[in-house]
Amino acid sequence: MSILVDKSTRVIVQGLTGREGTFHAKACAEYGTKIVGGVTPGKGGTTHEGWPIFNSVQEAVDKTGAEASVIFVPPPFAADAIMEAADAEIELIIAITEGIPVLDMVRAWEFLQTRRARLIGPNCPGIISPGKCKIGIMPARIHREGPVGIVSRSGTLTYEAVYQLTTRGLGQSTAIGIGGDPIIGTSFTDALDLFNRDPQTEAVILIGEIGGNAEETAAEFVKERMKKPVIGFIAGQTAPPGRRMGHAGAIISGGHGTASEKIKAMEAAGIRVCGSPAEIGETVAATLGVKAGA
Amino acid sequence: MKIHEYQAKAILKKYGVAVPRGEMVESRQQAESAAKALFDSGASGVVVKAQIHAGGRGKGGGVKIAKSVEEAGELASKMLGMTLVTHQTGPEGKRVQRLLIEETLPIESELYLGIVIDRAEAKPVFMASRAGGMEIEQVAAENPGAILKEYITPGLGLGAFQARKLAFQLGLKPQQIAEAVRFMIGLYRAFEETDSSLVEINPFISCSDGRLFALDAKINFDDNALFRHPDLMQLRDTSEEDPLEVEASKYNLNYIKLEGNVGCMVNGAGLAMATMDIIKYAGGTPANFLDVGGGANAEQVTHAFEILLSDKSVKAVLINIFGGILRVDTLARGVVEAARKTQIQLPVVLRLEGTNVEEGREILQHSGLNFIVADTMKDAAEKVVAAAGQGG
Repeated sequence: MSILVDKSTRVIVQGLTGREGTFHAKACAEYGTKIVGGVTPGKGGTTHEGWPIFNSVQEAVDKTGAEASVIFVPPPFAADAIMEAADAEIELIIAITEGIPVLDMVRAWEFLQTRRARLIGPNCPGIISPGKCKIGIMPARIHREGPVGIVSRSGTLTYEAVYQLTTRGLGQSTAIGIGGDPIIGTSFTDALDLFNRDPQTEAVILIGEIGGNAEETAAEFVKERMKKPVIGFIAGQTAPPGRRMGHAGAIISGGHGTASEKIKAMEAAGIRVCGSPAEIGETVAATLGVKAGA
Repeated sequence: MKIHEYQAKAILKKYGVAVPRGEMVESRQQAESAAKALFDSGASGVVVKAQIHAGGRGKGGGVKIAKSVEEAGELASKMLGMTLVTHQTGPEGKRVQRLLIEETLPIESELYLGIVIDRAEAKPVFMASRAGGMEIEQVAAENPGAILKEYITPGLGLGAFQARKLAFQLGLKPQQIAEAVRFMIGLYRAFEETDSSLVEINPFISCSDGRLFALDAKINFDDNALFRHPDLMQLRDTSEEDPLEVEASKYNLNYIKLEGNVGCMVNGAGLAMATMDIIKYAGGTPANFLDVGGGANAEQVTHAFEILLSDKSVKAVLINIFGGILRVDTLARGVVEAARKTQIQLPVVLRLEGTNVEEGREILQHSGLNFIVADTMKDAAEKVVAAAGQGG
């Protein structure tokens, strides 16, 4: 099994006709993902790279039976695209777009509370269940199927963790990037809960970063509910306070959101926190190795 | 994006938020005429306030009271051109180029108002406290109960009932409540309509005659929303920013100046932070943080490289790229072009993985340039720290 997506997931691409949308839709399809069409308002009725294009998400859902949508729409229109997908009863929305105004996301988030869709992102690499389905922009070749779940606020750092696992012969059940923005649809806790219930997943890597308190909340969940070992890393241990470190959400403000606070909370919850990002793979190997030997 | 106090007050005034009468000045002469206008219209004193993008100005000597036009002129001439060091400027401080001359007011109590986005609730939160004039972070840490909060429903804005509740809890007098409600609703409208990430009035004062004012004002805008506010973009003061950070922002690159000697070019904020961390682990210190972002093109990579090299503290460069949206071949082309153009003499350590990595490696191999290639992050960090150490 895996979480949220599998071989049968039918996916549409909002913003398919754009440069990034085209490139990544093709890469996802090559991986085996069932891309069934795209949405670009005004280009409905045409085809693009062999896929049918629709003017609205509703039309795409009606014609293709899509249950997931991946969003490559530019930032000024992306929150609207998220709401459109939710309104058309898409179950899983993956918003790749970086740079959405935060007040747009406040409104979209509120709207999502009235619909049943799950949003992943925005400002995220997407989700991959190796060997089954890839909806996002991650380089597929570094992944392999296996027992480790990954949840992360960072895109490229997720790839780094995956790479360290794969080169040690350890595969992944699902890797999910939840995004680096202050307001995101799926939290660490949501993802941990899904991994907790997934029989394929034997251990979970949680990659956090400075800013906010999502890691502390996740640590609470791990302490109370998590049945599987969790390995953690926090990026930005050496970041100066008050500077926004690339991600809109990665900022130490008013002495809060520091790496040391997060690491303390995670260790107190029994999470094995790696000091160096180079130790993620070996720590997982050791954790699973110990488990297998016991 | 940050703006100055005088700019923030001008915005708030448009939303009906009461601010003291005053004027921004750039010379002693202007300061004297601004002070004269205030004294002539009944002010008993004026405040001379240095305009820099940092808090803690009072303690650093950037806020002084004058009782006469001459005194205001004296203070202005001393303050203009001085380097003001506060706990927020860093040890190098900031040069004062502008002042705000304002009337003094009969302050009875100093309160606090602030609006930010609460991440966990995914809503704006309106905060108020009786502990005005202090660092609100300190209040939050020592006495969190002293901060009153009202969450705002998107689309509805701050309700009058919410503002009224806060006003009574702040201990304002019954005859001040209506004015306080108008003030707070105006403040929230300013926050929402300008796409702010922070609006802070500290202190929010109640005068002995009952009037209410924003004695200080701080507004930060959401950079992601500036595209729809060309008027607000005009308020940017690049002289308050690091010149290389300004240069980087022209090409949509995220550059942050740090203290060390290892220049870092990385894609993605998380990997960039992790790269900084691992350089420290290997015994070095990053000179900067340069995130070329997800979808960089060759031209941006070239500019990124030039910016890294124009930082004179850089003794070696580490390029750590994990290609996703950004394809490794694109990056490699940019690096090769930039290395040729700048005739780079410094050691460059490259660690590349991800989309189109083979093509990328091939481009580097056939470039004829002398790059140090690393396999893993750890390997890369150790190699670059060693190279930076040898370089000086």
